[in-house]
Amino acid sequence: MYSRAYKTIVSLPPLLWVGFFLLVPYALMFAHSFWLVRDGFLVHEWNLRNYAKLFQNPVYLDVLLRTMRIAASVTFLSLLLAYPLAYFMSFHAGVRKELLYQLVIVPLWVSYLVRGYAWKTILGSDGVLNGFLQYLHITKEPVGFFLYSPFAVVLMLTHIYTPFIFLPLYASLEHIPRNLIEASQDLGASPRKTFFRVILPLSLPGLLAGATFAFVLTLGDFLGPLLVGGPSSIMIANIVQSLFGTAYDWPLGATISMCILLLTVSLLFFTERLEKRWSNR
Amino acid sequence: MSQASSSVPPSSVAVPPAGGGILLEVRNIAKRFGNREVLKNIFLEIGAGEFLTLLGESGSGKTTLLRLIAGFEQPASGEIWMGGKRLDTLPAYRRRVNTVFQHYALFPHLTVQENVAYGLRVTGTASAEIPSRVEEALRMVKMLEYSAVRPSKLSGGQQQRVALVRALVNRPQLLLLDEPLSALDANLRKQMQGELKALQREIGITFLFVTHDQDEAMALSDRIALLRNGALEQVASPREIYACPATSYAAQFIGQTNLLRGEIRDGVAVCGSLRWPFVTLPNGPAIFSLRPEAIRFSCDAALPSGSVRFRATIREQVFSGSSEQLEIDCAGQSLRVRIPARGVLFGEHEFAFSPVDVVAVRD
Repeated sequence: MYSRAYKTIVSLPPLLWVGFFLLVPYALMFAHSFWLVRDGFLVHEWNLRNYAKLFQNPVYLDVLLRTMRIAASVTFLSLLLAYPLAYFMSFHAGVRKELLYQLVIVPLWVSYLVRGYAWKTILGSDGVLNGFLQYLHITKEPVGFFLYSPFAVVLMLTHIYTPFIFLPLYASLEHIPRNLIEASQDLGASPRKTFFRVILPLSLPGLLAGATFAFVLTLGDFLGPLLVGGPSSIMIANIVQSLFGTAYDWPLGATISMCILLLTVSLLFFTERLEKRWSNR
Repeated sequence: MSQASSSVPPSSVAVPPAGGGILLEVRNIAKRFGNREVLKNIFLEIGAGEFLTLLGESGSGKTTLLRLIAGFEQPASGEIWMGGKRLDTLPAYRRRVNTVFQHYALFPHLTVQENVAYGLRVTGTASAEIPSRVEEALRMVKMLEYSAVRPSKLSGGQQQRVALVRALVNRPQLLLLDEPLSALDANLRKQMQGELKALQREIGITFLFVTHDQDEAMALSDRIALLRNGALEQVASPREIYACPATSYAAQFIGQTNLLRGEIRDGVAVCGSLRWPFVTLPNGPAIFSLRPEAIRFSCDAALPSGSVRFRATIREQVFSGSSEQLEIDCAGQSLRVRIPARGVLFGEHEFAFSPVDVVAVRD
């Protein structure tokens, strides 16, 4: 079909891009995780001390577990919000489908920071929510735990990542041939049975893809805790950030990054296998 | 239907042949999509055990009528009754009606066996009973060995068979078939037609079959309901609809025909240079249908007495094995003729037809 030279020329730019901006940085990170810092200087001395530190100091594992807990909560809550929305839009929205779809997309155009600060003004002690509660005399004093808490982080990240679950979910619901739903009713299945026996199983690949998005993105999030989380909601990416920044311990930062990378890649690998099995039939 | 006194038989009365009783009654059904009238005042009765075909071009409303009976659409007005009970007010899943969908609509996430078992499962059939009924159903269409296979691995004909038994396993009173054979290639289609007809005879369930293919309708049906622009044109057995089409549309849609526009003057039909006795209609303009095979080559065999003879020039001749298709010109009037094969013909010849083969049709 195409000559070898043509293929080479066409594939070279993306290969170079991936090489320079992905593979080389990963290799550097991998190398760093085996080096160490002595007296404020990076020493290229191969060792496994960073990995040992990771398992000796309980802080890192604690934070990693908390991060995964937060990611799981965000994923679960986003699913809870996104599934009914996607279901309604796909099956019952009729002509308003397009408009609603745009409304779901619009928040994605707003800067992450802006949305973070918006939550600050809503949740803060003199924020909108507290003001409202006091105005209604539900609370006498501002409620403190709204902001700078894991609650705030989960709330904000749920808001941010719900569209990421919604989009693949909606796409998979839209792809369900409508005659399957008619066939199910025709064979005597009530709407509820049709949902659990046809719609839900057929939307699983989209659900899984969305859940993976939300989980992985939350896992690597550091702005959420920075903006609305307190010390009790530090996440693993915050630790990496401080290790590469103020703490100046690149090797340890790289080690943690490698662990997150491994976790994410194995998760993606696993979900992709599952997704293939569910959609390949 | 106003010309009750004409030679047009009362074939448009939508009553099934005697025996068996009436299973389904469509009473004055109308349906609109937006301001487009898809179905106009449809009256139709389907007898128990009957194989009735809804025949029509695309857009004639045949699929809409099927979907109304299945419960996927709601009528704008009118009622549907089945076995003495009102059907159109029930949701689709409460109707004892099952459908074979045009593109089969098999569940891709379930195996063949699970697809067939679906209807039994969701309607709460005793789970001990399910495997044997599924097995029996799959054996009936020779698909038992594919039980554990997913539909995507099956050929079109195999999917067709699975879709058929999936719809039959609930033992519906009425089976709806929405152009089930249209996605199959010609050979398989012929074969499936035969299987379908044999199956219907064997199990005795009433079939309501939708198609746009008149040959298919002729081959399968006890009666054909011909739809045109949302209205019933004629409901009759294939033989009757062919021999005595009620309208010019029915005459043209089912088989080939020559439509002759002329008039009736005191018991004589006049159409160009042709005239023949026609006593059953009053004076006035009329349209006549004359099938190509009803026109004979007058030197062929003995002509029945009273035959109308005329001379015509042969314009075109197409040989098709056992017969010849001719296009002849009779004083400016073009006619199609089908005669037994008899070699190449030229020039002017004498043709004849019997007046009893001419049918007056409505426009």
